[in-house]
Amino acid sequence: MNNSDDIVKDFLVESYENLDRLDRDLVELEKQPSDQEILASIFRTIHTIKGTSGFLAFGKLEAVTHVGENLLARLRDGQLTLSPEITTALLALVDAVRQMLGSIDTAGNEGERNDQELIATLTGLLQTKAEPIPAPGPAPVKEEAQQNDLPRPVPNIGDILISRGAVKVSEVSEALEQQNAGDPRHVGEILVEKGAVKPQDVLEALNVQQQARGQSASDSTIRVDVSLLDQLMNLVGELVLARNQILQFTNSTEESGLLATSQRLNLLTTELQEGVMKTRMQPIGNIWSKFPRTVRDVALGCGKQVRIEMEGKETELDKTIIEAIKDPLTHIVRNSVDHGIESPEARTAAGKNPEGRLFLRAFHEGGQVNIEITDDGAGLDYEKIRSKAMQKALISADQAARMTEREITNLIFLPGFSTAETVTNVSGRGVGMDVVKTNIEKIGGTVDVQSKPGQGSTVRMKIPLTLAIIPALVVTTAGDRYAIPQVSLLELVRLEGEQARKGIELVNGAPVHRLRGQLLPLVYLNRELKAGAKAQDAAPSQTTSSSKWALLDFAQARDKHQQWIGRLRQLLDGKTTMTVEQAGSPTECALGKWLYSAGLKDYGDIAEMQVLEATHKRFHEHIREVVVLKANGNQGQAEREFSNVEPVSKKIIELLTIVGGKVLGSQNVNIVVLQADDRQFGLVVDDINDTEEIVVKPLSKQLKSVNTYAGATIMGDGRVALILDVLGLAQRANVVSEVRDRAVTENEERQTAAAAGQDGCRTVLLFQNGERERMAIELSQVARLEEFAHDAIEIAGSREVVQYRGQIMPLVRVSEVLQTTRQKTADSDPRALQVVVYSENGHSVGLVIDRILDIVEESFQIQPNTGRQGVLGTAVIQQRTTGVLDVRGLLAAAQSREIPMAAHA
Amino acid sequence: MANTQQFCTFFLKDQFFGIPVEQVQEVLKYQETTRVPLVPEVIRGLINLRGQIVMAVDLRRRLHIEERPEGMLPVNVVVRTQEGPVSLLVDSIGDVVEVKEETFEDPPQTLEGDMRTLIAGVHKLDQGLMHVLNTERACESLERTEALAVDK
Repeated sequence: MNNSDDIVKDFLVESYENLDRLDRDLVELEKQPSDQEILASIFRTIHTIKGTSGFLAFGKLEAVTHVGENLLARLRDGQLTLSPEITTALLALVDAVRQMLGSIDTAGNEGERNDQELIATLTGLLQTKAEPIPAPGPAPVKEEAQQNDLPRPVPNIGDILISRGAVKVSEVSEALEQQNAGDPRHVGEILVEKGAVKPQDVLEALNVQQQARGQSASDSTIRVDVSLLDQLMNLVGELVLARNQILQFTNSTEESGLLATSQRLNLLTTELQEGVMKTRMQPIGNIWSKFPRTVRDVALGCGKQVRIEMEGKETELDKTIIEAIKDPLTHIVRNSVDHGIESPEARTAAGKNPEGRLFLRAFHEGGQVNIEITDDGAGLDYEKIRSKAMQKALISADQAARMTEREITNLIFLPGFSTAETVTNVSGRGVGMDVVKTNIEKIGGTVDVQSKPGQGSTVRMKIPLTLAIIPALVVTTAGDRYAIPQVSLLELVRLEGEQARKGIELVNGAPVHRLRGQLLPLVYLNRELKAGAKAQDAAPSQTTSSSKWALLDFAQARDKHQQWIGRLRQLLDGKTTMTVEQAGSPTECALGKWLYSAGLKDYGDIAEMQVLEATHKRFHEHIREVVVLKANGNQGQAEREFSNVEPVSKKIIELLTIVGGKVLGSQNVNIVVLQADDRQFGLVVDDINDTEEIVVKPLSKQLKSVNTYAGATIMGDGRVALILDVLGLAQRANVVSEVRDRAVTENEERQTAAAAGQDGCRTVLLFQNGERERMAIELSQVARLEEFAHDAIEIAGSREVVQYRGQIMPLVRVSEVLQTTRQKTADSDPRALQVVVYSENGHSVGLVIDRILDIVEESFQIQPNTGRQGVLGTAVIQQRTTGVLDVRGLLAAAQSREIPMAAHA
Repeated sequence: MANTQQFCTFFLKDQFFGIPVEQVQEVLKYQETTRVPLVPEVIRGLINLRGQIVMAVDLRRRLHIEERPEGMLPVNVVVRTQEGPVSLLVDSIGDVVEVKEETFEDPPQTLEGDMRTLIAGVHKLDQGLMHVLNTERACESLERTEALAVDK
């Protein structure tokens, strides 16, 4: 039988290798008797030899290794401690195995030997030192299910028969138990004898099994050291980079020979890359193949009936990824059987097939591998999860009440979470769902659970094909390129022109964008990467301006400037004063401050900016002249000069509009929408370049402390680019939220060019109360500013009211309530009534003030009230004493005044 | 003849330094460097050394010497460390000198702070004093030196 010879040969090669390792391991183990890893490795080796020798009908070999395995199982379970005698006996076992293998190699049989003594020794060790355990038999089987690291899994006859539908799970289980209890026959024989299966089926199953064995042992495969493959992979990575560089060079050449050669190089490299990647690829079936056994054991252990089905076994993944997902997958499978699928009774009661179904599915999708583990069990018990999470203080009762089912589902991924009421042999093994999630995310994958009560749940994993070469999006910010792994990428949003200005809004200082009605928090990459930098690095000159301008309202800058005209008018009318310095300095006003700090630096290349600067200077020369003339009492000339100011001012506004249009038109906002954990956020970058296959290179240890980078890569032009760690970046953005808020505040400060750099800044509306008093009201309390004509005022009862937006709005004259001495000019004043609209709970009140002075952002300290109702106190704002309005107090005061007013009427 | 040792020498401002030749992998002219935000500023960035990504440490910053004048391009001295190759940015490169053991002297007691661990000693040579750089120290625990620098 040729086929069988091959199998034997393969078995020998494999076993020899294993034996060599066994020797080393055993010696090592003697030094560190409690090292579980070594013990497990030895156990697996012996177990493999035992299993295969049993299959190949080398009875003696099987008998010897079986005893050895039992002994090792005890050692591993801690029921025995390693003594020199045991080590000696185990080494003797290794020698015996080696001799037998040698004999098989040369003579084709185990040779004439008597191992009774060795077996007796081993059994003796097993029995003398072991604590009495009622049924030691199944132990090794269970262990195997846990550790199942067989290098080349061969399906059991029982599993094959079950999967072919020739026999029931329970019958195979019985046969296995019988075998464990000491029946020396094969499972197939037991089953045939019991009449559970036809001999023909067993023969067919044996064929299948042999094929499984035969395939892997075929002559066409060789064993290659994984490190060699890793090295090859690295070299191919280098080649890919070199190819990219060559291609960039040849793009600019006309040399047809070189072009053709480089094209060929391009194709060959791609092929080579694919080929080498393939050498590292393994079908997921390699790890799935042990699941039937796992499921059977777990199901037996908790008295359930479970059938496992698989689809897409041939789906391939990189070896390192296969290794990485093995344990998480096993855990999920065990979990599904243990927690997911109900007992046969419960299933029958729920009208389901008493036999549960576990369905494994793997498929490629979008450059990733999807793996789904579906059970048709009870589904997640949301209430139980909720109460358990509260019990473990993972969430508060308040949180729990507000959580959606989706959020509750995610709770099972929290560390320390388990709903298992009792610790069975399946649950409570230290590998929780949190570890599953962590391990999957470590390799750039995602895990997700979907569940329908009563119908079962599905665990869905998305795993990258390989770790070494990944598709990534290359972006530019502040002149540097960064690569963003495509797995985290959801979509790209580009805001242009008007959209760029309106598309970004602030929620308490945090920028957001409305993406299809949902608020998407925005993270500015340049800001995040600067947050930790030293102060000089974060100087305004370094900040790129796209973000700043997206937030700046040009209209506001224009309005600020327009106030000049009003102020000058007042000056000429003698209603206000202005110093020559204030008027004459082009760097002191709001526009000037911006112009000379950032404006010219950032936008100096726009021609109109130069004109704007010159015009602005001229404007201040003019108004200086006005102030000087007025101060000298030369009203007529001052008026004439004033008429010259207006056209200049108009010109400035015009220029601002042009520059604003140019800046906003050219300053598009690029938002990269990313998924980090279960959150989405938009990363604002200067430019989005392209997607590229990049070779991931690790960063040196000194750079790993910064969790913002996942590694680095070399781009086509040979320069290094950093790969962003999206999760780390998101964490950074959240963790340092104060820093970000501060940055935004600073930005706004620059925009308004108000007193910058101090904390506790407040924006207030300044107005004149009565003749001389300056008052301030917090801008946050101002809903709108309105003007009403005097004849719009109507009287309702004792109150002055106006019709405002279809409602009747009462008016409160601030100066009257505050009993400020003032001339009774209000009604005769031809100018319209200035009204600050204050809204609370949908009701609006109009506060009539005498004149609006300015809106400023300043930090100030309020000195407590002087006893006036409606005034919080006084503060120094713009170097002048200013009363700060207490709107509620003012309204209360107005209410109390109503009765005398009514009496008056 | 006493034991001799070969040093690869270089300059930082007006100071003369040496690294044992066996620690030096290669010397390269200035390479384009990709800056790495958020890391201590001693790390100037990353360079592409024939496909290997290597961290570049600015020795001027590391040794608290004033910044290189603008327009002066540093030279990369790639040294082997336990963590793999690291590039040290220096002003210019000198000869390989062979020194005798007798000319060596421990660093003066007056050396301050972490400089004492960075300078392994001094060789008294005819052309001046050659500072022997402790390359392992120069490439490691950058976080800490950063903290120290900030404290000052």
